[in-house]
Parts: sequence; structure tokens; C-alpha cells
Amino acid sequence: MRDVAVIGVGINKWGELWDKSLRDVFVEPALKAIDDAGVDHIDAMYVGCMSSGLFVAQEHLSSLLTDYLGMGPIPCCRVESACASGGLAFRQAYIDVASGANDIVLAGGVEKMTDVDGGGATYALATAADQEYEAFNGVTFPGLYALMATAHMHKYGTTREQLAHVAVKNHANGVLNPEAQFPMEVTVEQVLNSVLVADPLRLLDCSPITDGAAAVILCPLDMAKKIAKNGAAKIVASGHSTDTIAFHSRKDLTEIASTQRAAEKAYKMAGVGPNDIDFAEVHDCFTIAEICVTEALGFFEKGHGGKAAEAGETARDGKMPINPSGGLKSKGHPVGATGIAQIHEVVQQLRGNAGKRQLKNPKRGLAQNMGGSGGSSLVHILEAI
Amino acid sequence: MFAARHWREIPRRYRMEAGKCTTCGKVFFPSRLICDACKNKEFETVTLPDEGEILTYTVIRTPPSGFEDEAPYAVGIVKLGDVQLLTQIVDCEFDKLAVGGKVRVEFRRIQESGKSGILCYGYKCVPA
Ligand SMILES: [Zn+2]
Repeated sequence: MRDVAVIGVGINKWGELWDKSLRDVFVEPALKAIDDAGVDHIDAMYVGCMSSGLFVAQEHLSSLLTDYLGMGPIPCCRVESACASGGLAFRQAYIDVASGANDIVLAGGVEKMTDVDGGGATYALATAADQEYEAFNGVTFPGLYALMATAHMHKYGTTREQLAHVAVKNHANGVLNPEAQFPMEVTVEQVLNSVLVADPLRLLDCSPITDGAAAVILCPLDMAKKIAKNGAAKIVASGHSTDTIAFHSRKDLTEIASTQRAAEKAYKMAGVGPNDIDFAEVHDCFTIAEICVTEALGFFEKGHGGKAAEAGETARDGKMPINPSGGLKSKGHPVGATGIAQIHEVVQQLRGNAGKRQLKNPKRGLAQNMGGSGGSSLVHILEAI
Repeated sequence: MFAARHWREIPRRYRMEAGKCTTCGKVFFPSRLICDACKNKEFETVTLPDEGEILTYTVIRTPPSGFEDEAPYAVGIVKLGDVQLLTQIVDCEFDKLAVGGKVRVEFRRIQESGKSGILCYGYKCVPA
């Protein structure tokens, strides 16, 4: 396996992009990534997208997106693993380049979620759960994470306020991100007074519905050192694991075991541990998710994720900055694009290109992306070069 | 076709039939073709107990389509014997719900399938 680096990244302003189609939402950041990398061609593409079929009644993205990116006839593979589709597209692109099959590969992610109404979006998202034994009984995704929150609060004494602190911190970070969908601060009181969605989770505990895309360019590390126009970051680990489709089948309803296993693989591959990570982008689809994920990644002891958030340990100036981009909560969550946007943020931070939200000289960053209620997880670790 | 999709689940939804691995005894709901614990491929049909306890719960305030008329309603993960499953918890006061609370399984209407109008029945729990 060859060493691989990321040499280009691109993202567009996320939000309710009424005037843009799925194809244009994707092509914009893909062109930016190609330009940022300074390459004149790409050899292959992997694109994460959870459900273009249900959101815009369009499948066959491999053809559509290469066509509109002006890159036909290169090979392209659309990748689906629910909300982890982007992270998995990145892993496939990494394996492709590492294997020697291709040199310059684009990993992208896209979701166009606002062409359907709220009920349609809820329905499409619920297909990431067990249709016959979860969704059939009337549970939603906020509902599944609410079940996780109730269990975590019962077992560890995690408080309602601690959940709110995750949202407050991520919105504070998002203010510094020009691409974020909701770059505004929120207070603990606002979170606690927002409308109940699924007890104990309220509207401001939930990531939004978003149109958006992101793309990154990978190539062999040796090539990156010669051609990278704006710097590069080395991919030092890729970990991937799955778990049961139904949340209720898990032994421990307070933990995300697929993330823990993916992280163990990634730490082993990179030869590092959680204490060697300078910052992380994690999958905060709901506030409780960030708490469980930071525990699964080993940043905090089991049951201590809420306390850490409340104490400011995960803030930009804390000992383990989590989601300097604003996370899914503030930046938005176009499901297939989220995993790639996390890599975008990690690379920008490591190259020192993160603008107002630049952390102080980070050397090693981690990205964690998961599907459904944790039925699939990806963990990637990148280093500055 | 939705009719077939609901109909084939009837043994589980109406009669709480689970599959018990004939080698290691692990119980699956729904049953499956291979045991993840011991890789055995034979199962005997067993019926889940009709009483159990709540492991965690929530109240759905923003329902998915098809459940608009029922919201708010409680949903929980319930342990019935060796099996954990997700079910609505009905005929209950929300503020009396608790982890560890005892529940009993009842046969109830779950949803009406949109365009085809099929009435789908299944299991829900009530406080025991
Ligand atoms: Zn067995």
C-alpha cells in the first residue's frame, strides 16, 4: 500500500439551496477542490450520497456527476452507508490510491434534501433505520437518539444542560465558518426552551436539513510533495466498522460500538492513541451523539462526555477541540456530504488554511462519521506534512 | 408491494414469534437464517414472553408521516425475555414512564398504509 495525501478541498455555502439542482450543488465544490489541488485531470471518483432516489428521484449518480463535472468518461462509484456515505466514499478513494490502481482521485459527497417537504425528508432519513422493526412502529431519528439520551442520562447522570452545551459550543464555532448553514450563537436557555422533538431532545439538539456538497482530492504522498499547490495532509489511518441495523439490538444503549471499533483500528494503524489527537470533527447529528462519540473515541471516559462538554474541554480553546467547523449542528447536515466536509475541515486546519477558526498549529486531526444510529462508522486520522 | 411486505411479517407482528438457535440458544426477533454467535443455521420457533421491562424511552412529538394523528406518543426499548425490541408504550402517563418500568405486550393497530389503505396491526406495550 502506498502512502496517500489530500492535496485539494472544496465546499460551497450550505443551506436551503432552492435555486440549485443536485448536480450543480455537487459540481461547484468539486471544481473548487480540483482547482485547490492544482491538477488538470482526475483518474476516478467516489461520491457519497445517501438517498438521491428518495430526495430528488435520481439514481445513477456515477454517470450524472462525472457528466456534469466534465470528467466523463472516467470511472465513478456512488457510495451509500446512510449518513456515513461521505466518510465511506473517502475510505474507498483512499484504498483506490493506496492500492496503486489510480493516482489522482476525487472523493465527494452530496445531498439535496429540500426538494421534498419535512415529512418526505423524515421518511427518507428513516430508511437508515430498520424499516420493519423500528420505523414501522413510529420511531424517528430524533426518537432513536432520544432513546440513547434517556439511557445515558439514567446510567451516567448526564444532564439536560450538558446536552445543551454541545449545541452552544458548536454554534459558537460555526459563527466563524462562512460556509455554515446556521452561523449564529445560541444560549443554553434557548436550547432548553426550544420545542420538544423527542424527549429529552429539543429542536436545538438536532442537526438541520441541508442541501450541500463537498469534495477532496487524493493522490500518492510522493506525488503530493511535488504537485500540491496549497499544501497537503497525509492520511495516516482509516478505520471502518459496522453494527446491528436496529438500535434496540445493541448490548449497551449508551455507547456507539461501531465508532469505538473503527477508532481502535485507526489508532492501531496510525500507531497513536486518543491523547495524540489535537482536534476532531465528529458526527454530532444530535447533541447526545457528540457526547457518546467523544467517549467512543477515547477522548473521555465512558459517562464523562457530558461533563467534558459542560466544562469547556471540547471548545476551540479546550484541551480537545471538537467540531471547530461548527459540526453538523451549525454547519448543516446534507447527509452524504457530511463525511467529506469533515475531511475538508481537518485538512484546512492541518494546512493552516482555516481562516478565523484556525486552531493553533494542530499536527494531527481525526474525523468520525457514522450512519443511522451507529450501524456503520468511519474514523480517519490525518497529519500535517 | 406493501401488502406482501406487511403480510410476510405477520408471524412476528401478530404472534411475537422469534427464532431460537438450536445450537447455542440465542433468541432472535425477527428470526434469521444464520446465528451470529455460533453460525448455526437451524432455529426453532419460540414465542416471546408477554411481559417485560423498559430499558429506555422517549416521547415522539414530531411524528413521521402516517403517525400524525397519534402524536405525542411514547416509544421505548423493552426487554422481553432474552430479546430487546422497540415498541410504542401506550395507555400510559408520560411522566410515569421510567427505566425499569414493567410492561405487558398487547395486540394493537400500528398504522394505516398510505395509498393502499391496509390496516397494519402489531405489538405495543402498556404499563403492567
Ligand atoms: Zn447460535
